[in-house]
Amino acid sequence: MIEAVGLTKRYGDKTAVYNLSFQVRPGSVTGFLGPNGSGKSTTMRMILGLDNPSAGQVTIGGYPYRRLPNAPRQVGALLDAKAVHGGRHARNHLLCLAQLSGIPARRVDEVLGVVGLQDVAKKRSKGFSLGMGQRLGIAAALLGDPQVLLFDEPVNGLDPEGILWVRNLMKSLAAEGRTVFVSSHLMSEMAVTADHLIVIGRGQLLADMSVRDFISHNSADFARVRTPGTDPAQREKLTAALTEAGGQVLPEQDGGLRVTGLPLPRISDLAHEADVRLWELSPHQASLEEAYMRMTQGAVDYRSTTDQRAGLQQQLPPGAVPPPQMPVPGQGQPGWYAPPSPQHGGQPFAMPQGQPPAGPYGAPGVPGAGVPNPYAQPAQPAPAQPAQPAPAPSPAASAQPSSAAPDLTKPEDAR
Amino acid sequence: MAATQVLRSEWTKIRSVASTLWTLSLAAVVTVVLGVLISLLSKNEFDNMSAKDRLSFDPTYISFAGMSLGQLAMIVFGVLVVSNEYSTGMIRTSLSAVPQRGTFLFGKMAVATVLAFLVGIVTSFVAFFLGQAMLGSHKAAIGDPGVLRAVIGGGLYMTLIAVFSMGVATMLRSPMLSLGILMPFFFLISAVLGNVSATKKIGQFLPDQAGSKIMQVVTPLDDDVPYGPWGGLGIMVLWVVVAVIGGYVLLKRRDA
Repeated sequence: MIEAVGLTKRYGDKTAVYNLSFQVRPGSVTGFLGPNGSGKSTTMRMILGLDNPSAGQVTIGGYPYRRLPNAPRQVGALLDAKAVHGGRHARNHLLCLAQLSGIPARRVDEVLGVVGLQDVAKKRSKGFSLGMGQRLGIAAALLGDPQVLLFDEPVNGLDPEGILWVRNLMKSLAAEGRTVFVSSHLMSEMAVTADHLIVIGRGQLLADMSVRDFISHNSADFARVRTPGTDPAQREKLTAALTEAGGQVLPEQDGGLRVTGLPLPRISDLAHEADVRLWELSPHQASLEEAYMRMTQGAVDYRSTTDQRAGLQQQLPPGAVPPPQMPVPGQGQPGWYAPPSPQHGGQPFAMPQGQPPAGPYGAPGVPGAGVPNPYAQPAQPAPAQPAQPAPAPSPAASAQPSSAAPDLTKPEDAR
Repeated sequence: MAATQVLRSEWTKIRSVASTLWTLSLAAVVTVVLGVLISLLSKNEFDNMSAKDRLSFDPTYISFAGMSLGQLAMIVFGVLVVSNEYSTGMIRTSLSAVPQRGTFLFGKMAVATVLAFLVGIVTSFVAFFLGQAMLGSHKAAIGDPGVLRAVIGGGLYMTLIAVFSMGVATMLRSPMLSLGILMPFFFLISAVLGNVSATKKIGQFLPDQAGSKIMQVVTPLDDDVPYGPWGGLGIMVLWVVVAVIGGYVLLKRRDA
């Protein structure tokens, strides 16, 4: 078990980690999430006694790492896959680490087999790809058959097969009762690997909860309901009916309604009873990725700006029409991961034709794939969506300022 | 227990990397070859020398002339042994395997020092015998007074240069910074300070100038150096001890 209490690290004026307290328990995979520069690696280094905390402490099994008896046999860590001497071949790299920890040389060949590097054991690690480097780093972490394992970004540079392998490795290590602490900035990866999540931003704790709780706390699932735009009275009528039935209704800017707390069929029934026609009734499932982005967006240190290309743009020939500027999602748009905002400026879906909406809701978000849709009735499968590729969300929606968002979906940033 | 593990591991680290072995070989080859060439030149020049120079002629010291360049390779060896850990980032893996940083540093230094000493002492003897063979009638014999001390001292000198570099590299961490300071220091600054009469008094207390006194058998006529061969080596050892302690204290305190 890893336990941090009030862990703080300052580098001069900059506070990398501030008052971080958490526990990493054995028997499960704990994901450690945060944007770049949020203090994940610093925390990992403090756990390993490499950096001294400015305040607070972190212990493994009750001991600070530097006083842990037989530390390399108890704790294995992958901090940086590139931290190998390129001129040394893979086997010798592991051999010197094994000898440093008093581990017999045959264990080196075992772990080389475990990570699948036995064929390149005598090759210099200079020629290794990032993925091979990650495997070598994982091999080093496994050398001492430790009960506590720390992995800093273990899937960086791995191919899909490698990612799957790491995911299964983590799970099997945890299933053996070990403590597995994995940092990542990929929420989608953690959602399928981890059982428990610790999320930090700018060095402070944002969340410490199980993946299941994280999903239910942070995924803002709702139903979008639209009544004929020609008759505002119908909208009022439906709002009243839905509220009476226990639903929460939030109006959207373009005349739609955002309904939570009622399953989709129930909304339809209520509308029918109230004699209100519906132009749209669609489930909106926020992905866990989106929930994570929303949670951490206030804590992102490195944000991109729009490429102005000043002085680099070619003169267009006379009469030529410049290509339309399509904003790229995430480029220079701080609000890209803002709470799902109401559509405005045109109809997002070709609705009056009776076409069922084929959109972002057709394909369930990957991280939330295992989550039951709260709007679908349990016994009844969700209506089949046409197998059309999900179009990118409309740029207008993405550029929407988050200020328009209702309180329900405000970023849960504590600061 | 932990110490033997570190020793074995460090030996694996040194022998499994080409650069450390190359620099050691280079140190030996440069010292010997340059010593032989200068010995040969000195023999041919002997008849043209002034009487004063002939009286100061030190065949043993002449055969070690290659060390002024060979020591640079030794510096590179010392720097690489330590700073390879930092430049690759392996220091973090190493220190999480051996949280006792003192054990780690001194184990690492011990292995590299023994290796540097073996190479240094062999180089010293080879440079001496080949150099004397070139000097012909002006040669010194190993049994002459002070000669054996000078030859063993040559090996010790090369070892101490390597250890000093390890200490400095531990303090500075970056290989480029370490080499950028050590190389000009030994190759230029020390030589300049030692040859300009105004700064000679300071220059003679620098590690290489004090240490190389051990390789002198014939004292130059106008010599006013306030220490003998062992005193000079002692001064060098002090420098080395300071560098190593500095490295240890910094490693112990700072974040890896």
